[in-house]
Amino acid sequence: MVSLNARERMLRRAAADIVAGMTVNLGIGLPTKVLRYVPANLPVCLHSENGIAGVGAPVANSDADPDLIDAGGAYVSTIPGTSFFDSAVSFAIVRGGRLDLTMLGAFEVAGNGDLANWIIPGKFSPGAGGAIELAQKARKVAVITTHTDKNGRPKILSQCRLPLTASGCVHRIFTDMAVCDVTPEGLRLTEIAEGLSVADVLNVTEADLVLPEGPLPTF
Amino acid sequence: MAMLDKTTVMAEAIAQIPDGATVMLGGFGVPGTPFSLIKELVRQGQKDLTLIKNDANETGMGVDWLLQNGQVRKLVVSHIGLNANAVRMMNEGEIEVEFVPQGILAERIRVAGAGVMGFVTDIGMGTLMAKGKPEITVNGVTGILETALKADFALVHASQADTFGNLRFTASARNFNPLISMAARKTIAEVKSVTPLGGLAPDDVHTPGPFVDHVVVIPELLEVYGVVER
Repeated sequence: MVSLNARERMLRRAAADIVAGMTVNLGIGLPTKVLRYVPANLPVCLHSENGIAGVGAPVANSDADPDLIDAGGAYVSTIPGTSFFDSAVSFAIVRGGRLDLTMLGAFEVAGNGDLANWIIPGKFSPGAGGAIELAQKARKVAVITTHTDKNGRPKILSQCRLPLTASGCVHRIFTDMAVCDVTPEGLRLTEIAEGLSVADVLNVTEADLVLPEGPLPTF
Repeated sequence: MAMLDKTTVMAEAIAQIPDGATVMLGGFGVPGTPFSLIKELVRQGQKDLTLIKNDANETGMGVDWLLQNGQVRKLVVSHIGLNANAVRMMNEGEIEVEFVPQGILAERIRVAGAGVMGFVTDIGMGTLMAKGKPEITVNGVTGILETALKADFALVHASQADTFGNLRFTASARNFNPLISMAARKTIAEVKSVTPLGGLAPDDVHTPGPFVDHVVVIPELLEVYGVVER
């Protein structure tokens, strides 16, 4: 059903939302992988919670500066224009509304834009890190996630069952099957992965979807 | 006018920390973590500590040495996901863990250092993080009261320090270090080598000396400061 390169196409499609001039924070996991599809010469300022604006490319351990990691612990480099600052300034950037876009992972996301991505009570509770502030304060919040969990169950729900990271914060959802936008009319299916039918998407989406009238763009 | 020489032998600086103390630790992952001061704290064995830090390092590193040595009563952190041992100890009730959103943790420490009692924010409204916190309405918008977070001691890792305790940090090793330096009754800074007065240009100082009580020169650079092989 979902073709082999669906994940790559999801990442590539998400990367297209990162445009020149943005300040962007990419969460750990799938969101960080979006970077592979962002042109190296695109003028974008990558923010990292641990105090970097202008994160450069990842570096191999043999070339790494032990004092220079991103928030996910990967060794990174600087680029011309990089700045360093303390954690209070870093979150002034976040809460002060200087992030144009953040892309985050999700355990669950709901049709109304509620996001749960930090705790599964009794199973997984490592703490939220900076996720709550990113979700609440970035001007645009995108979720990148597989459409279903590893057991094939929907991750886009009518209502989150897990404790929320933030309510109503998500604007757009990228999955390996679809792109959906949170709108006042409901969750709108706006794009679909090549080779899939609308019925394929509806089958594994718990939230109600607003469907377009014409044909759906593919990615 | 001259400036006081605050260089102190590591054992003497750490010996001031009593059992039951609240200790802030710098660092976000490896960068900026005061591993040598932590190692001395392990050697001296103070008990029932409350640690305030962004994270719990990784299993087998830094904070984990204190956890494994049974010296920790409580962690106040934003995230412990890279330390499976800390997660286990939390789940089995061996330690208490208070999670704070990362930027709120930083700001609670910052305002404590700035002599402010707290602040009002909408971060965490409607989530578990807001539970039990007083709500306050400012100009028609409701937020929650976050209180200043102080400590008895702050242990920081600086890349450069002069004898008066003017500190400078490097790259992503800055993180919480300048903030905790301001928020504790006593601040102990470790540094690879201390420069004489004047060795740090006034404009290059990240943390001014008045916030720092002791400057400790690391006797040997532990391997743990290096690149982590994963």
